[in-house]
Amino acid sequence: MLSADNKRSKIDVQESELGATADIQEAVDAPSRTLPAIEFRDVHLSFDDKKILNGVSFTVRRGETKIILGRSGGGKSTTIRLILGLLKPDSGQILVDGEDITHYSEQEMMRVRQKMGMVFQEGALFDSLSVYENVAYRLHEQKVDEETVEKEVRRMLRFVDLEDAIDKMPSELSGGMRRRVGIARALVGDPTIVMFDEPTAGLDPPTARTICELAIKLRDLEDVSSIFVTHEMNNLEYLSSEYATVNDAGEVIYEMEGEKLCLINTEVIMLRDGQIIFSGKDEQLRKAEDPYITKFIRGK
Amino acid sequence: MNPLKNFIFQLQEISLLVWQAFIGLFRKPRYLSETIRQMDLIGVGSLPIVLLTGFFTGGVLILQTYPTLEYYGGQSEAGHAVATSLIRELGPVLTALIVSGRIGSAISAELGSMVVSQQIDAMRALGTDPTRKLVSPRIVALIFMLPLLTVAGDVFGIIGGSIVASNLFNQPANTFLSSVRIGITPQDLIGGSIKPLFFGLIIGCISCYKGLSTTGGTVGVGRSTTNAVVLSSIWVIVFDFFISKALQTVLDIGRL
Repeated sequence: MLSADNKRSKIDVQESELGATADIQEAVDAPSRTLPAIEFRDVHLSFDDKKILNGVSFTVRRGETKIILGRSGGGKSTTIRLILGLLKPDSGQILVDGEDITHYSEQEMMRVRQKMGMVFQEGALFDSLSVYENVAYRLHEQKVDEETVEKEVRRMLRFVDLEDAIDKMPSELSGGMRRRVGIARALVGDPTIVMFDEPTAGLDPPTARTICELAIKLRDLEDVSSIFVTHEMNNLEYLSSEYATVNDAGEVIYEMEGEKLCLINTEVIMLRDGQIIFSGKDEQLRKAEDPYITKFIRGK
Repeated sequence: MNPLKNFIFQLQEISLLVWQAFIGLFRKPRYLSETIRQMDLIGVGSLPIVLLTGFFTGGVLILQTYPTLEYYGGQSEAGHAVATSLIRELGPVLTALIVSGRIGSAISAELGSMVVSQQIDAMRALGTDPTRKLVSPRIVALIFMLPLLTVAGDVFGIIGGSIVASNLFNQPANTFLSSVRIGITPQDLIGGSIKPLFFGLIIGCISCYKGLSTTGGTVGVGRSTTNAVVLSSIWVIVFDFFISKALQTVLDIGRL
């Protein structure tokens, strides 16, 4: 068990060692931790006559990764755009940290977006800005002093292992590097919620694996809640069966779930024509008998 | 959507965009450095082409009107004729058309590319209002720079007219410039400076709207750019008539 539960086990050790039970238990049970990070309640959305989302409801708990699977045009990216307030639903409610953002104005959404990070499909880096300026964008907008900005940018680029590319322009980067810079940019300001919109689409398998590792690292070591939109089954494989931990040498390593740990902080939902047709663990998904799901998993 | 509905819808969207851009000017953060950068791009960047166009327009006006004026014995009024047509009409309209082609297309293409590559969404996701960051500085820069470009174009038009008059028709430069000085009135100058303010607003609004409403990938960017230039140019010419009429009424311009 990782993330919140992992934290809980670490905390248990501290309890016995230090005896600081009350404070720690309070932190774990704080209302902000028990509230879902994201909640959809019967959300409907149509463009002209086409139903994009039809009564979608789900929750993303703190430190949980929700993988949204589905074919192109199934409403996966729309779900993310709704959470960011880039689109408004026709009906239903969307809650972020228990706050109903459904009818928030653009101005109000600016505040909510401060705690969210978004990784776009192609990176969506600003072409006219260097890697440094792209990653520093949010901090520059907040008029943070340059010394702090540089420190934070370097920290984020180290996280995605791209510190050497700090002075490059987006046009000089490969597809995978662009996505990683996009991840670094999304993580500036330590958002508690991160959304990935098909971040591995069109990438070679090792680079796609690197992107998934970053998402795992965020989930397990940074306690970030995330939505990972994808239609690639190997992404599901990595995210739902591996976890990140730190070894004795202080290095981040990735281990398979098994005897030692069972991942409960990653769930899958599958969308079809704007409706959730599956919600649960990856093992349940693989056992599902729905012909659409089996065709999606096996490709035939 | 039928054409009338579409027109009303676009008018509503442009009006909203202008209103949000206007409101954005009074809210923090303010993008002063971006506005100055746009002024440099629009003003300084367009200066050579505006000066060249103004110069040759003034020259060709003299080339075409001097023989007629000479026929009626009014060649001493050549400077007056060139200055009046340039300052009242040709200067503002030609400058606006050039800026619409050069800057309107650039704005629309830049914003359109940002839309299709999700940079606008990324900007919003990072907590920045694209209207304040991208639209307001461009519209403000156009409103400030277009009158200055127009004045520069007018001056070079008069210089061009004077050179053609003295070299091709042997009219002394003094005679030409005296005619200019006597012929133009303060109302002409005021009217000639007011028009570009409106033209800057028109070009800015249409180009930004067309860019931000781009759909359909790179083909859509091309379509938006073409539409931005065509619509800006048409509306500049249409509004020119109404602004001219309003200025005639208010400033009593255009009556001999």
